[in-house]
Amino acid sequence: MKLNKILKNTFLVVLACLALSACATQKKTGQMQGDVYTGSDTVEYLASGVPDRVFFATNESVLTTASRETLRKQAAWLRKNSKVTIVLEGHADERGTREYNLALGERRANSAKDYLMTYGISSNRISVLSYGKERPVDSGSNPLAWSKNRRSVTVKAN
Amino acid sequence: MFRIFFIFFILVFPLNSWALIEVDITRGNLNPLPVAVSPLSIDENSRKNFEKILNNSDIGSEISAIVENNLKTSGLFNPLNKDAFLQAPDIANLKPRFEDWSLIKAQALITGKVNFIDKKLRVEFRLWDVLAGKEILALAFTTVPTNWRRVGHIITDKVYERLTGEKGYFDTRIIYVAEEGPKTKRIKKLAIMDQDGANNKFLTLGNELVLTPRFNPTSQMVTYLSYFRNLPRVYLLDIETGMQEVVGDFPGMTFAPRFSPNGKKIIMSFAKDGNSDIYTMDLENRIVEKITNHPSIDTSPSYSPDGKYICFNSDRSGYQQIYVMKSDGTSVKRISFGTGLYGTPVWSPRGDLIAFTKLHKGKFYIGVMRTDGSGERLLTENFYQEAPSWSPNGRVLIFYRETKTNDKGEGFSAKLWSIDLTGYNERLVNTPSDASDPSWSSLLSN
Repeated sequence: MKLNKILKNTFLVVLACLALSACATQKKTGQMQGDVYTGSDTVEYLASGVPDRVFFATNESVLTTASRETLRKQAAWLRKNSKVTIVLEGHADERGTREYNLALGERRANSAKDYLMTYGISSNRISVLSYGKERPVDSGSNPLAWSKNRRSVTVKAN
Repeated sequence: MFRIFFIFFILVFPLNSWALIEVDITRGNLNPLPVAVSPLSIDENSRKNFEKILNNSDIGSEISAIVENNLKTSGLFNPLNKDAFLQAPDIANLKPRFEDWSLIKAQALITGKVNFIDKKLRVEFRLWDVLAGKEILALAFTTVPTNWRRVGHIITDKVYERLTGEKGYFDTRIIYVAEEGPKTKRIKKLAIMDQDGANNKFLTLGNELVLTPRFNPTSQMVTYLSYFRNLPRVYLLDIETGMQEVVGDFPGMTFAPRFSPNGKKIIMSFAKDGNSDIYTMDLENRIVEKITNHPSIDTSPSYSPDGKYICFNSDRSGYQQIYVMKSDGTSVKRISFGTGLYGTPVWSPRGDLIAFTKLHKGKFYIGVMRTDGSGERLLTENFYQEAPSWSPNGRVLIFYRETKTNDKGEGFSAKLWSIDLTGYNERLVNTPSDASDPSWSSLLSN
């Protein structure tokens, strides 16, 4: 009886450890805070240390702290390279209706645009283009893939 | 091509006919009506002529096969195997031996013949009530031979109308977006086909992204979204001439277009500075009107068939919901209150229902509700599906469905499906490639 109980407890402890370590590894490799992507798998760079994209939570167009940091870097780079014009491409994940996602992509790209403008980038250097859910970077059907696809990408236009 | 289509009624509906066979289309039909479709008879001279023109050796049999297939996919009829038919097609068309047909359990019988006269195709057909032993419908019409498939669809429409009491939806076309290539670099083309999948034709080459084509309910015009030169704009396309033009002069993305019921206006969304509102443009005088004015996303507008109301999708409550307003933008009222998100509202051509896509707990549903939001009914559930479009008689919905990919991101597909308003008779609609964003035309002949 007693042995049985000890065994059972040990089993539970081991199980808990496994579960915790699983969580820990997931946090380390990757990649999501809440449901916002924080990894760098798909990120490209406009210049050294200047990431080209920011990520959003499901159905949201609010910029996260990390996104604002990225956009401040982009703004600094754009101020230094004053001839460069850009297109902000807004995207949504596949878990929404097509037309709403087109509007959502536009809204996301515009929140990036507004932030760049508050850091001194003129609106006539920025155009906005929404792709809705038409151009995912990750073709997976899972929360991590969707988080990579909810994004606004800053693309050099000239 | 469609203008030279004449219909001559040689025999009107017998005035004193009372329907002995009747098909109830308001419920799921678990006992489809057994119907015998006798091949249309054809004389040897006509057969040879059609073979020369159409490269088709027996259009009599092929037209009846079209009728059979239509009746079967409607889910309301059960076409019987021709091997069991005892009477020859030409004799049956003159005077069916009803005992023979009731022996194989047929309740309705369709007979007819085709002729080649003055370079035209002339068809006559009859619908017989086998149990009552009488003719209940007889029609003849003439058309150009190349329209031979449409002859099958028109026969089906007339039979469907006679037996159900409602207009058919078979002499119609579907415009949709044909898809190919990997999910991250999808190539999309406008395509059009007959309702049964025949005569598929691509209307664009796939050089630019195209989305959401919709028919004008009164003509062969289509409105759609194109990313031509990377500027997402609403376009008009005349599918007879291939002429295209951009709709209006908006300084930003226009999308989610539909025609008004009289075909004279386009209603659509215009997105600027992170806000999408609904606009209309009159196609005659080019006058643009702003219909909604709200800092939220307002999109997917669809008119009621009388043109007095508009249903649309808005997230002004914080999440996507369905709203109805007067067509001038006043009296906005939210109508969807169930749990989950609601999108793509589209008003039934009968006026009484709004079809929609619902997203709830990671599943997508196609459903219908009354125009005040009551009586919500979900017809089908899946991993991903959206964008219902009504058949012109308001009895069937066509929509598209996408599959979940595996861990490697493989296995993606997009297909068209149809389902009856009753929630029964869910069917894959065959297309040569992957497909999405279907829109159903009105009846081509009326």
